[in-house]
Formats: sequence, structure tokens, C-alpha cells
Amino acid sequence: MAETESRLVVHQEGDVTVIEFLDRNILEESSIQQISDEMLELISKTDHPKLLINFENVDHLSSAALGTLIRANTKVTQKKGQLRLCNISSQIYEVFVITKLYKLFEIDKSVEEAVGKFK
Amino acid sequence: MAASYDQRLVLDSRLDEVSRAEKVVLEAVVACNFSDTDQFAIKLALEEALANAIKHGNESDEGKHVTLEFHVDERKLTITICDEGTGFDPQRVPDPTLDENIEKPYGRGVWLIKTYMNEVSYNDQGNCLTMVKFRTHATSSSGR
Repeated sequence: MAETESRLVVHQEGDVTVIEFLDRNILEESSIQQISDEMLELISKTDHPKLLINFENVDHLSSAALGTLIRANTKVTQKKGQLRLCNISSQIYEVFVITKLYKLFEIDKSVEEAVGKFK
Repeated sequence: MAASYDQRLVLDSRLDEVSRAEKVVLEAVVACNFSDTDQFAIKLALEEALANAIKHGNESDEGKHVTLEFHVDERKLTITICDEGTGFDPQRVPDPTLDENIEKPYGRGVWLIKTYMNEVSYNDQGNCLTMVKFRTHATSSSGR
């Protein structure tokens, strides 16, 4: 049976799970749904998840992608874990400012900086 | 002679039609020398408007279509997107930036369209959206 190819690249930095996206544009609903499912599965596997989402390769994202990030954040919080975002381009950071989501998320400049801030 | 494009597209009510429409509009916008920042704004607004028209307007009913008409020249882009739904009242869309809404994972599309485009209007029924983006002039020497 053919499996759907993952849209995430996941690796560990110590006890922090770092997630990167294969897609430069996180816009289309079908890929966002898959990203959401994969992220929520990763969160559900761990008791106190420490998740870092690296936006280094991302050029665009839509409100549906923001919704996925919010769902992930809610789930991580419910599991008493931590979620941080990093490497967000200035254009995408502006989306977080406009929507005021910068208040909801911990956003760092780089993977190294973010990893050092997990408790 | 200055570039200018007019086009009308009829889309099926499937989300994979969004990228087809975006490609057509963005090619015209690039040909009219819109900046990268303008292109980012247009792509985002188009994505949100078309997804709303397909999902919420036409409720993904494949018997219904979304029409997109645009005119672009080196001054501005005007896009009108119509669905076959009953329409909605944009005034009733809650402000997603309020503290009580900030953790809701939906409801930001219309807000992003209003923010990223220069002019946004709806017909009386609320099933046709017209949005305008003026071309900003490059400031490549300004640095940041």
C-alpha cells in the first residue's frame, strides 16, 4: 500500500524535536491538513513535548496554516509542553504582527537561539 | 508600451484550482513590475479569497463555480471574485486580533485580505469581493 509522503522533516536537538517544512508555500488546504495531522501525531507521542518549528524554507503561509499552528500550540499547552517558532522571514513575521499572533507564540531568530530557551 | 492585462477565469469549486488562478494572476502582476512585497500581499489575499469562495461560498459543491476577473496595469491590480453562495456580511466577521479570539484557529482570512489590499468591497449580496492593490514603487536602495 502506498503511503503519503511526509511534508515534514523532523530531527532531534537533544530533547527538542525540530520540525521543518518541505513546502516553501504553506497555502494549500490539502497539504496543510497533512501537516496538521503529522504535527498533532508528533505531539501526541510525547508527554511534555518540546517542539521547535523552523520556518527557514517557508516563503508563504495562509490563515489555514496559522490555524494549524494555533491547534498545535493548544495541544502542546494541554500536554504541558513548549512550542517555539524560529527563522521566520520578515514578510511572514509581518503576518504574525498583523494577526497579533506574535503574542501567542514564542518566536526566535535561529534554531540555536530557540533550542537554548527551552526549559 | 505599458503592460496591461485583462482576464476572466472560471474555476471549479476545488481547492486545487486556487494555485492555477494564482499562477495566472501573478504572471500578469510580475509582467507589470509589481514588487516582491506586492506579490506576497497579492498571493496571500488571493489564496484567502479563493479558499473562502470555494469552501464557505460554494461549500465545495463541484456543481458550482467561482469566477475571477482581473485587470492589472503598472498602476494597480483590480480583482473581482464571485461565488454562487448566498453571500455573507463582512461586517459580522469578528476581529481575530481581540484577546478573546486570538486562540481561535480560524477567522483570519478576511482580516488578512483587508490588511494586505488597498481597497476591499463586497456586493450587496456578499458573494462577490472586489479588491485593489496599488503597485508600490521599489525602494531597493533604502536598505533595512
